[in-house]
Amino acid sequence: MDDQKIRHLQATAQQLRRNVLEMIGIGKAGHWGGSSSLAETMAVLYFHAMRVDAREPCNPARDRLVLSKGHAVLIQYAALCELGYFPREELKRVKSLDGLLQGHPDLTIPGIEAVTGSLGQGLSIGVGMALALRLEKRPAHVFVIMGDGEQSEGQLWEAAMAASNFEVDNLTAFIDLNRIQATGHTDEVFRIPDLVQKWNSFGWEVLNARGHDVTSIAENIDKARSIKGKPALIILETIKGKGVSFAENTATYHNGVFDDARFAQAMHEIALATDMREEVA
Amino acid sequence: METKSLRLAYGEALVEEGRANTDIVVLEADLGKSTMSCLFKDAYPERYFEMGIAEQNMASTAAGMALAGKVPFYSTFAVFAAGRAYDQIRCAIAIPEANVRICGSSCGLSDFGDGKTHQSVEDANIMCSIPNMTVLNPCDAVETRKMVRAMLSHKGPVYIRINRNELPVYTAADTDYEIGRMYRIRKGSDVVIFATGSMVWKSMLAADLLEAAGISAEVVNVSSLKPLRKEEILKYTLGKKAIVTAEEANRIGGLGCAIAGLIIGEVHLPFAQVAIDDQFGTSAYGYDELLERYGLTERHIAEAACGAIAKRAIRH
Ligand SMILES: Cc1ncc(C[n+]2csc(CCOP(=O)(O)OP(=O)(O)O)c2C)c(N)n1
Repeated sequence: MDDQKIRHLQATAQQLRRNVLEMIGIGKAGHWGGSSSLAETMAVLYFHAMRVDAREPCNPARDRLVLSKGHAVLIQYAALCELGYFPREELKRVKSLDGLLQGHPDLTIPGIEAVTGSLGQGLSIGVGMALALRLEKRPAHVFVIMGDGEQSEGQLWEAAMAASNFEVDNLTAFIDLNRIQATGHTDEVFRIPDLVQKWNSFGWEVLNARGHDVTSIAENIDKARSIKGKPALIILETIKGKGVSFAENTATYHNGVFDDARFAQAMHEIALATDMREEVA
Repeated sequence: METKSLRLAYGEALVEEGRANTDIVVLEADLGKSTMSCLFKDAYPERYFEMGIAEQNMASTAAGMALAGKVPFYSTFAVFAAGRAYDQIRCAIAIPEANVRICGSSCGLSDFGDGKTHQSVEDANIMCSIPNMTVLNPCDAVETRKMVRAMLSHKGPVYIRINRNELPVYTAADTDYEIGRMYRIRKGSDVVIFATGSMVWKSMLAADLLEAAGISAEVVNVSSLKPLRKEEILKYTLGKKAIVTAEEANRIGGLGCAIAGLIIGEVHLPFAQVAIDDQFGTSAYGYDELLERYGLTERHIAEAACGAIAKRAIRH
C-alpha cells in the first residue's frame, strides 16, 4: 500500500467512528466500545481487501463479511453507508421503529450477510458459506469477526474444528482482542489463557496484527489469504472504545449512553484526531 | 402510579435469601449488570460463578450443582436462558427434575433497542412445553420478590421470566403467594381478562377504559404460566360474558392457547387472545412504541374485550 492509500484508510476509519457516534447520539444506549475497536479493520476490509460492490450486493462472486460479534454492527453500518449500500439518512434512524437499521445485523439490510447478535454463531455460518463457495468453485473469500469475550462460547470451537477438518482456506477469521467484554475486563470476568496455542492446536494458522494500524491489518489479510489447506485467524490487538479518551479501555461504553457534554467531547476528539492526521499528511 | 424494577427486585431477593440459605449459588453469563445478579456477586463472591458468555455450559453446570445438593439460580437474557440452552435444560435439568432456577431476563419486547435477536417472543412458550418445568411470569417487582422465596421451597426446575423495564406495582408485599395460583387484581362482572407479566399493567388500564364504556372487567394475574389449573380458570369465568387473554409472547403455544385448551367444550363463552401474532420483534427507541406496534396496549385489550362481548350479543 502506498502512503496515500494508508492515509486514506486512516481517514476512513475516523470517518467510520464519526458515523458510529452520530448513530448513537445523545441519551441512547449504543455499542461504542466494540464498534470503535474495529474501525481500522472495517476500513481495510471494505475499502481495500474485500471484493464487494454496493451496486450488486447479491453478486454470488462477492466476498462476505460475517460479524459474529453482531452487537458492533454500528461500525459495519458506518462502512456500508459510506460505500452507498443505503442512504445516509438511515444512520439517523438506526434502531428506530421504522428505520432500516436494526440493533443487530439483519438480512433486511443491504450488505449484511448473516443474522448475528446471539454470540458464538458467526464462525459456523462463515464456515458454511466457505464450504458452499468451494463447492461452487467460486474464488470469493469469507471473513468472520469475533470478540475476545465471545471466545467463551462453545459453538465457536465446534466451528473451529469443522473449519480445520474440512481444510477451509477460503475463510479468514479475526478476534478483536480488546480485552474487555460486557461487564468488565476479560481477565477478571472469564479468563481464556493461551488463545494463540488454543487456535493453533485446533488446526488454524494464527497471525497477529496491530488492530489500529491499517498497514499491519492489510498485510496480515494478504498473508491469511495466501495460506492453503487450513483456515487462518488474525488476532487484532485493539483498544475498546478507541478514539474517545474517556471511553477507552472501559466496559462503561460497551453499550453506554453519552450525555450532551460527553457526546460533544467525543465528537471533538474524533475531529481533532482527523485534523492532526491531515496536518501530518 | 409507583413503578419499580423487576430485575432489581430479583437481584435483591437473591441477596436476601442467600443470607440464610447458604446453599444458594448464582451463575451468570456476562450479563450480571443487566440481570442484576451482580448484587449477589457483591454480597457473596464465593457463591457466585461468572461462567463467561457460555449459556449452554452454564445450564448444565447449574444442573450438576443441583444434583450435588446446591440451589443454583442462573440468569441471562431470556432468549439465551431459554433458547440457547434448550437441550441442556431439557436433558440435564428437566428430565432429572434438578432444582435449577432459571431466570430469563429482559424478556418479551422489553429490550426494545436490540431488536429481534434479543427480544424473546417465545421463551416462556418453549419452557411451558418442557415436562417437569414450572414457569413463572411476575407482573411487578413485589411479586418477583415473593416468587424468589417461593421458588426455594419448590421441588423441581423453575423458569422465571423478567421484564427489563420498571413496571407499576399492583401486588401487595404482605399478601400470600403460592406457585400455581391465579390472583384477581380487579373485580368485574362482564368480562374476565387473564393477563400475565407486563400485560397485567395494560389490562388494568384497559379495565379503566372499559369501565368508562360501561363494561365491567375483571383482571386476573396469571403469574404462574405453568402449572395452570383448570379449577382456577373456571372460578373466574363463571358468570362472565366473555374471556380475554393477554400476554407479551407469541400467540402460538402461550397463555391464550393454554387456557383455551383447558376449558374448550366446557365453557361456552366468546374468547379473544391478545398476543404477538407469530412474528419476531424489531428495534425501537422505546418499549411503549413496540407494545403499540405489536398490538399489546390497553386499547388493544379493551377492543378485544368489546369484540368478544359483541360476538356473544350477535350469537344470542
Ligand atoms: C449468546 C449471547 N450471550 C450474551 C450476549 C450479550 N452480550 C452482548 S455483547 C457481550 C460481550 C461481548 O464481549 P466481546 O466478545 O469481547 O465483544 P467486544 O468487547 O469486542 O464488544 C455480551 C455478553 C449475546 N449478545 N449473545
